[in-house]
Amino acid sequence: MPTDTGSPSDTGSSLGTLEAGLDALQTASVRPVSRTRKAVRAVLPLVISVTVLLAVWEIAFRLGPQDVTRFPPPALVGLTFLHLWEDGTAGEALVTSVQRGVVGFLLAAVIGTPLGIVVARVRWIRASFGPLITGLQVLPSVAWVPAAIIWFGLSNATIYTVILLGAVPSIINGIVAGVDQVPPLYRRVGQVLGANPVEMIVYVILPAALPGYIAGLKQGWAFSWRSLMAAELIAVGGDIGFGLGQMLQQGRDLGDMSRIFVGIILILVVGIAVELLFFAPVERAVMRRRGLAVESGS
Amino acid sequence: MTTLRAGTPAADAAASPGTPVAVAPRPAVQVTDVTKRFSPAGAPVLDGINLTIAPGEFVCLLGASGCGKSTLLNIMAGLEKPTTGQVSVAGDGAALMFQEAALFPWLTAGQNVDLALKLRKVPRAQRAARVGELLEMVHLGGAADKRVHELSGGMRSRVALARALAQEQDVLLMDEPFAALDAITRDLLHDELERVWKATGRTVVFITHNVREAVRLGQRVLLMSSRPGRIVREWDVSVTGERRIEAPQVASLAIEITDKLREEIRRHAH
Repeated sequence: MPTDTGSPSDTGSSLGTLEAGLDALQTASVRPVSRTRKAVRAVLPLVISVTVLLAVWEIAFRLGPQDVTRFPPPALVGLTFLHLWEDGTAGEALVTSVQRGVVGFLLAAVIGTPLGIVVARVRWIRASFGPLITGLQVLPSVAWVPAAIIWFGLSNATIYTVILLGAVPSIINGIVAGVDQVPPLYRRVGQVLGANPVEMIVYVILPAALPGYIAGLKQGWAFSWRSLMAAELIAVGGDIGFGLGQMLQQGRDLGDMSRIFVGIILILVVGIAVELLFFAPVERAVMRRRGLAVESGS
Repeated sequence: MTTLRAGTPAADAAASPGTPVAVAPRPAVQVTDVTKRFSPAGAPVLDGINLTIAPGEFVCLLGASGCGKSTLLNIMAGLEKPTTGQVSVAGDGAALMFQEAALFPWLTAGQNVDLALKLRKVPRAQRAARVGELLEMVHLGGAADKRVHELSGGMRSRVALARALAQEQDVLLMDEPFAALDAITRDLLHDELERVWKATGRTVVFITHNVREAVRLGQRVLLMSSRPGRIVREWDVSVTGERRIEAPQVASLAIEITDKLREEIRRHAH
């Protein structure tokens, strides 16, 4: 083995200062953006869009037949929400649904992640099951609700079955897409550095596939949430509890359009909140670490 | 004083004084009758390559694009198998530095070097100090916590060099590692590589299509022909004193080699 601890010669240290100078010239310094400015940049567009949406809604109501049983104005929906919040209906529905959505999504991630790695890495499994998984992703998971009710009755098992059948395929496909995008050069580096097959997956392929994996998880969440709403809307009664989907169905049964609007808006708000508060920061952090972040316009 | 001499076959390859050449008879790299075909019926990419590289030697493989020099290097690295013939490399493999720096963007500079140590099963307790030493060796002692995208091209190349050194292999293979760098940075990295080579006593096989770079760095320059790839000629570059890319001796040998290279390329016109 050659020894590496040779003392640097004179030419070495002068070379060092030369290189330090060049390094300084070639690396750009980044101007920091203040915290408040960042927050304003993140929140302001949302405030604008919500305001515009409410304004359009109000105008549409006033220009129309003003039939509150068919198309209630924003203020009435707001009042209905306050009423439903006070009597605990909205809170119960929100907590029940979010809990199911999160648990279902986490289960889907735990099941889908190892399956995704296997499908991405084992050629014959991918060849035989890949098209099936893509097919399952296209199949609306609401189609599973009748079968799930017959299997599991009106219980949480039915709900989770439908969520998993909706979300797992899209998480698997996310990982497969992420792994496919790993540059072949990275694998060769891993090989040269002496990584065994397991180390190759842990230290090279999974970290390299992380952006694609996060995109897959995000889609998995969207599928979880949608499947959940479909399942809740159809499966009402029994031990199944009261979620946002059941609240929509209740609104229909009562002929209460404001209640239906409250349900739709809450479903939308949860979707946006999970995106903005969880996925967007994670995605940004990963991209920034890799120098891939697209900073929003100045 | 800088002296260069042009010569033919080199059993006396590493004769220049002042360089750490071992007297061990066992070569660092031995390539015997290597042929490579990518398809059984296709034309050979490499044809009858024989090559002996002494421990501590710095050899440059020079050739036009598509002459199979990268394939030959990949075979030495064990990434590809020769169709026929044998390759033996001292130790348990060779370190390889790629065309691009090929650092992992999700790791810092220090973590990239650390990964090479981790995959060699170096105990955690020793790794941090070793990473520091290796980065210090390429004059990047202060950049351990920098992300890859925060480094300039030259700095990335040096981190890649530190990572290759972390593999602790006697043989360091380099596949046009500085091709994408600007001329100022490349000149500096030539000095840097030469210094690291002298300090560590590694055997270096350096691939390039840049004739001057080959003469600037190599103790021996091997010229490869294209389709099929063969080693058509070699030159000893014996130098005493400081060698620079602007030196007239480097230029005159570069002219001679370029003429021969063009002669080889011209043969394909018919």
